[in-house]
Amino acid sequence: MKRLQRLLSDRLAAASLAVLAAILAAGALAPWIAPHPPDEVDMALRYAPWSLDYPLGNDQLGRCVLSRVLHGIRPSVLYVLAAVLASAGFGTAVGMAAGLLRGRTDALLMRLCDVMLSFPGYVMTLAVIGVLGTGLANILLAFILMKWAWFARVARTAVQRHADAGYVLFARTLGAGRLTLLRRHLLPACLPELAVLASGSFGTTLLQVSGLSFLGLGIQAPHAEWGMMLSEARQAMFSRPEQLLAPGFMIVLTVSAVNFLSDALQTALDPQAGGPRQAAAVPGEPEAAAAAMLRKEAV
Amino acid sequence: MLAAEGIAKSYSSRPGRRAQRQAVLEEVTLRCAEGECLGIIGASGSGKSTLGRILLGLERPDQGKVTIDGRERAHRDAVSAVFQDYRSSIHPFFTVRQALLEPLRGKRLGRAETDRRLEEMLEQVGLDGSYLERYPHELSGGQAQRVCIARALLTGARWIVLDEAVSSLDASVQAQVLELLERIRGMHGIGYLFITHDLEAAAFLCDRIAILHEGRIVETLARGRLGEARHPYARELLALFRSGLGTGTGALNADKEGKG
Repeated sequence: MKRLQRLLSDRLAAASLAVLAAILAAGALAPWIAPHPPDEVDMALRYAPWSLDYPLGNDQLGRCVLSRVLHGIRPSVLYVLAAVLASAGFGTAVGMAAGLLRGRTDALLMRLCDVMLSFPGYVMTLAVIGVLGTGLANILLAFILMKWAWFARVARTAVQRHADAGYVLFARTLGAGRLTLLRRHLLPACLPELAVLASGSFGTTLLQVSGLSFLGLGIQAPHAEWGMMLSEARQAMFSRPEQLLAPGFMIVLTVSAVNFLSDALQTALDPQAGGPRQAAAVPGEPEAAAAAMLRKEAV
Repeated sequence: MLAAEGIAKSYSSRPGRRAQRQAVLEEVTLRCAEGECLGIIGASGSGKSTLGRILLGLERPDQGKVTIDGRERAHRDAVSAVFQDYRSSIHPFFTVRQALLEPLRGKRLGRAETDRRLEEMLEQVGLDGSYLERYPHELSGGQAQRVCIARALLTGARWIVLDEAVSSLDASVQAQVLELLERIRGMHGIGYLFITHDLEAAAFLCDRIAILHEGRIVETLARGRLGEARHPYARELLALFRSGLGTGTGALNADKEGKG
């Protein structure tokens, strides 16, 4: 794949991808690679510093911090990723339908989006938690309910911008149906914008889930989650500040990796965004050279 | 024979309200024989692009029908298109090869055979195989329109609708592309429906010119007989053309004199 090559030729992107892949793999394999069960309490090891047996030390109940960090990957990263993908998929489908069908369908779907977008995100999440009760599943459900409207908006605008482009008209003269148009032409054209939005909301969702767990509304004890771990470490913030390091570092690392990757992804998906090959002026073609000059000036 | 008979099309300015429908085309009838180049000239808002879309089968007329050899709805294989905006006429993420493969999808050709056809076609439009791996933003306007012409030819169509196909190009490039179109017509015996606002370009390429004014074809003239126009709008257009105030450029005339 040419696009993957382009993505990996960017060192920061390759590093981000490697970090994320490692985190996801560790999350998936947590029960097998974690040195201890995440909720094994041993009060004798309370706030123990790092040792060979417990590489990241122990928390206020003497549980293995490394094991808890590893087990925390599932709710903090994997489930958040699933929620973002679900809302991106649903929102994109709605937005593309609205952009392509236009008319009343469009008006109806977009007013629905307006309604969703008019609620502040946290308020809606808290309302859903108030109705359905606390728990990670409910928080993620609330996120899906909130975020799809953003994806729908972006997808609709992108589809409308491209729907009258020459290449779409040409595909239609070849007899392409709506689904073919979407799949082959419009979806790839909208992908960079959607990818950026998706990675952005992955970062914010991860932080919000951690935030809500920190407040005690997300995942419930004794399960491990990074925000929860921070919340528990807070109790000993002044006497044992090092307890904050492991979960805090993991959150920062994951969110940064996702953001760097999304920047690189945008460049890699769009051939116009300054790939390795720039517009080359062909000898005897002053127009190409002039066009290349103009583009450079525009940049 | 590509024929349009009694085409009428109107759009409503607000959906669902019949009273406010605005007629774009009324009673348009035209014919274009195999291998003929018919110019369709009109100012902006005269309905010429709508007519082009109807001829391509992208829109259905409210009344009337488009037939190809007497058969309705046969556009797909018989009519192809080159559009005005060269910046958007090729998918920005497709290479020239991918763009040219679009019309060949579903036709089972081996890889070597496909490559040979693509290169041959690029050479016919004045490019070569080295362009296959380029992206549209790496092409100049003239090159992009050449690729679009090649793409239209690869569909195997018998007519190509050229909707303002040279209008957004520089004057000198316009002349080159028009000459290319003329040469390709000789090679493939393909017919053109050349939609433009530029009488000069149409006079260069077309056998006959239909003048579209406010949604109606007011006059159809053979190339050599433009002076015989009777309709006031057609005469006005010709007067502008002669006095050199037309929207066209001097490049074509200079070119013709050079040849003659």
